[in-house]
Amino acid sequence: MTADKVVFILCAFLIVSSALMVVTTRKLIHAALWLVAALFGVAILFVLLQAAFLAVVQVVVYIGAIAILFIFAVMLTRREMLDKGTQTRSSWWLPALIGALILGGLVLMIASQPDFARTATTIPAGVDTLRNLGTALVSPNEYVLPFEVASILMLAALIGAVYVASSDKK
Amino acid sequence: MDFLNDPINFIANWMRGLLTGWGLADGLATVIIYIVGIVVLILFAMTLDIFLVWVERKVVARFQDRLGPNRIGPFGIIQPFADIIKLIIKEDITPLGADKLLYNIGPVLAIASVIILWAILPLSSRIFGVDLNVGVLYLVAAGALGTLSIIIGGWASNNKYALLGAFRMVANMVSYEIPMVVVLLVPSILANSMSVQGITQAQSGIWFALLSPLAMLIFLVSAIAELGRSPFDLNEAESEIVAGFHIEYTGMKFGLFYAGELLHAFTFGGFLAVLFFGGYGGFFGLEKIGFFSWLNNPFVQMVVFLAKAMLGYWVIMWIKYSMPRIRIDHMLEFNWKFLTPLALVVLVNTAILSKLLENLPAWGYNLGMFFSNILIAIITIGILRRYGRKQRQLQAKLHPASLANKEQAV
Repeated sequence: MTADKVVFILCAFLIVSSALMVVTTRKLIHAALWLVAALFGVAILFVLLQAAFLAVVQVVVYIGAIAILFIFAVMLTRREMLDKGTQTRSSWWLPALIGALILGGLVLMIASQPDFARTATTIPAGVDTLRNLGTALVSPNEYVLPFEVASILMLAALIGAVYVASSDKK
Repeated sequence: MDFLNDPINFIANWMRGLLTGWGLADGLATVIIYIVGIVVLILFAMTLDIFLVWVERKVVARFQDRLGPNRIGPFGIIQPFADIIKLIIKEDITPLGADKLLYNIGPVLAIASVIILWAILPLSSRIFGVDLNVGVLYLVAAGALGTLSIIIGGWASNNKYALLGAFRMVANMVSYEIPMVVVLLVPSILANSMSVQGITQAQSGIWFALLSPLAMLIFLVSAIAELGRSPFDLNEAESEIVAGFHIEYTGMKFGLFYAGELLHAFTFGGFLAVLFFGGYGGFFGLEKIGFFSWLNNPFVQMVVFLAKAMLGYWVIMWIKYSMPRIRIDHMLEFNWKFLTPLALVVLVNTAILSKLLENLPAWGYNLGMFFSNILIAIITIGILRRYGRKQRQLQAKLHPASLANKEQAV
């Protein structure tokens, strides 16, 4: 077993167990912090795949902005947000079954792909992945349209947020 | 390859020879060498941190016309060790109703978020942790973890002042991250690289502080805000919320927050040097002349870097001990209505000019960049002056002040 595999298994264990803790823990703020741990695990996965840019963006956007907003919102609540009742319903087996089926289906589908057993190729030393990503995002033959559409969507969301938050509405 | 020109690789190769000579596998030897390297780097940072306590206390004393610690050792240099012993033997108190686990994670995360920055800090061209091609973004990501540590510490203390401090920290960080990210793109554009080594090497001719002085100033302000130092120390404002997020922490747990803050300030002094003042190099081409080739020695570079970082740290201290704390609404207004738009203007200006002036000789490019920045600064000051005059006229027209405020709202 190579070192990469060991790190991957540890990291996968971290992600899955933290994700489980997000839904099972009774304190809301702990759930938010377990979410941070899970997102951090995903960043490690990106590092393993030699996608340093995505790893750092994962930390900046998901942990630095989204998770912190979650935690902030939770902290603003008055009580400790403790969940006291039972955490499962009587019909818990049905979603569990559906979830297991979907997971099994997905695993089967991915396993049947021809590239399933392929290991990640190492990026040759001279290639600047960051520069390639940047040019791909703005070159007309590649992703400029989705990129610009996403920008316009975000601009619309920004204007909408400003409108909703502005106090002098009639 | 000898020790003086490439110390890290020299030691690593020597250790690799030693370990494989003992019969260890090559992969395992690499892991061990990396771990040793990480531990040595952290120990270097932490040892430096001990002396930063002394530097900080001595400098603040001079700013405030006092003597500072001067009893133990020459110039009081042993004082930090006495402080450490005191911090360690103090009683460790966990407040009633605190979230024990999170309460203990807080200070650890606070210092960890600073130490991971040292991974990319280029001490010299041959002495550094790792050269990431996204180094500049890594700086921002590490800042996010720092915020998290303060939120966790403030919330887990089960204290209203601590929670208020944490709230203020979030408002502070979430807003000042934006001009910082925007302005970090300016050196990236100028150097055509996001790696800190690349940015340092691009400044061997001229410092980016001279190409874009406005970007340097905005980075300095947002760095101070991110550090939570005065005038942005709302998260621990003594006169309002006692000690803010670390109010309940005692002994070495408080010590970790304090040490983290000092090391953070020094590290940002280092990044200021790397991004805008040439880092370990930046001798304006002097090192290419044969007589000055000793400037390329990694140890000389390290001394130069540490001196520049210390100077940046000194500026941060200078501002901290001469500025009063600003009010929270002023802080947010300053960020959103002044710093963020200015940072965006500087970024757009740099991006356009770097393409327009691309084919010019170096002096034309440099002068164009510099004077465009000066022009932006003059326009900004003009706008601020007009705005200030309007505000003063409003205040002068209406009395009492409550009426003036009402007028403003309309």
